Amino acid sequence: MNAERYNANELLISVSSHLMEDNATCFIGTGIPMLAASLAQRMHAPNLISIFEFGGMGAKLEKLPLAVGDMRTFNKGLAAAGICDIMETAQRGFVEYGFLGGAQIDMFGNLNSTVIGDHSNPKVRLPGSGGANDVGSSCWRTIIIMQHDKRRFIPKIDFVTTPGYLSGASAREDAGLPPNTGPYRVVTSLCTLGFDQETKWMKLLALNPGVTVDDVIENTGFELIIPDHIGHNPEPSEEELDILRHDVDKDRYYI
Amino acid sequence: MKMISEGSKPLIQPPDLNAFREWNRNNKSKALVDKTMSEREAVSTFINDGDYIGTELYGTVRAPMSIIREMIRQGLKDLRCAGQGVYELDLLAAAGMLKAIDWTYIGLEVYGLSSNLRRAVESGQIQEVVEWSNAAISWRFKAAAMGVPFVPARVMLGTDTFNYSSAKSVECPFTGETLCLLPALIVDAGLIHVSRADKYGNAQIDGISGFAAEMARASKRLIISTEEIVDEDVIRANPEKTIIPYYLVDAVVEAPFGSHPGEMTYAYERDEQHIKSYYNDSKSVNKTNDYLNKWIMGVRDHQEYLNLVGLEKLDSFTIKEDN
Repeated sequence: MNAERYNANELLISVSSHLMEDNATCFIGTGIPMLAASLAQRMHAPNLISIFEFGGMGAKLEKLPLAVGDMRTFNKGLAAAGICDIMETAQRGFVEYGFLGGAQIDMFGNLNSTVIGDHSNPKVRLPGSGGANDVGSSCWRTIIIMQHDKRRFIPKIDFVTTPGYLSGASAREDAGLPPNTGPYRVVTSLCTLGFDQETKWMKLLALNPGVTVDDVIENTGFELIIPDHIGHNPEPSEEELDILRHDVDKDRYYI
Repeated sequence: MKMISEGSKPLIQPPDLNAFREWNRNNKSKALVDKTMSEREAVSTFINDGDYIGTELYGTVRAPMSIIREMIRQGLKDLRCAGQGVYELDLLAAAGMLKAIDWTYIGLEVYGLSSNLRRAVESGQIQEVVEWSNAAISWRFKAAAMGVPFVPARVMLGTDTFNYSSAKSVECPFTGETLCLLPALIVDAGLIHVSRADKYGNAQIDGISGFAAEMARASKRLIISTEEIVDEDVIRANPEKTIIPYYLVDAVVEAPFGSHPGEMTYAYERDEQHIKSYYNDSKSVNKTNDYLNKWIMGVRDHQEYLNLVGLEKLDSFTIKEDN
């Protein structure tokens, strides 16, 4: 990796933004997804419809929102609704992509953002579900953005805040969650991961610049499916970096 | 309906819809009477120790911060609350006022974890934490607003968020699918900050409405703080903007910059410096206490708080017309 040209967050933002399609509805959470959506709107997806949980729909993401309810989430927006309408819109199947993060993830894409340790006697109390469980339950395809290391990628997470494929195969539908939904990609500091169609087990799809398959394996606390063909994610372009640094996050909250 | 499973946590505010109907009949006057009062009077009249409170929207966005600060000055105890909370609930936790939380998200978003709530939970000072998702809490308010004991939903299923909630899952009597039932949430005291209201409590909100409409209708007692109190004619000129009609409201408190250090749509931006400095202070108990002493206990009311922030500084956050 060319460490001097871009940093880890810039790469995460760039790779994530490539997954955001023009004219698609995207449920956006705090942090990296906001930057990725903002970058995507300036690059290939000017009509990316951002959806924020407290009511913002179809904003022009000109200034980086600092809160999922702040006025930048409906800046020149198409609608300023409320949380019930947004969540019901997702529950009715109108939201294609949902972006999520977490402190821990397992091989089925289940996420923990609630507690490290025991719930009744927590070692670290984390922020909690917020809208994450709703996004992970209702959006057609969720995209998870994570730092990649062995403490975060573990076989048994301390708390399932947000459903991935639960215990795999058909477990998600069996629990009552809408069919044909679930984690689609995991974008990490090392690579992009997907899920096996049958077993719903996590598999490697593409490596970030300078990263080897062994790097990914070493930093993952469970076995991954390693297919024969593995792709490569491009480095962030000069244009992307320029937009990120001088426009999207010029106050450098994240990059 | 066949029950499939249930969350392990108690309902910290069990719904009683018939009692709610009686309450609304007996305590919510339909007369157009002047409800304006000071924040001191509103808090001392309408919030009691042990109450279950609800705040909207949250911490840094259109939050009833002036009412929260007054609650801390009055030293209310053993409160229970619904926690889509950022700044406001962190302050209540810092002041040791919270006993139980229906928790959705508590953090400081861009800055990360919320230190006081973390300490209060990790130390056991907050005795009961019940998990929900944001949609779940909002729909719980919606159920109360509908006057029904629960609403079915397709979230939380299959997760520990469900297991550590007080939701139940059932087999749908129509489709046979598994549904999550969310119990109605009726709050004893709701606090909502709005863009404008008249003296009767007819309230309008600019921008996104969060869960104001639902929570206002799910509140036994409702305190509205407002950027400005306007003439009834202003309300009547655009009645479609009245998201909270007067009969839901018990107190109307005038509070310009009432969401400070948070923002108010089209009115003012958030005070980033103040939020950041609170975030840093909140990492230490002593510094948190210094913060509470300076900004809350050390002032008599909201006006003194605004003077302490500095009127010139506040003006710098104002969103100008042509912007």
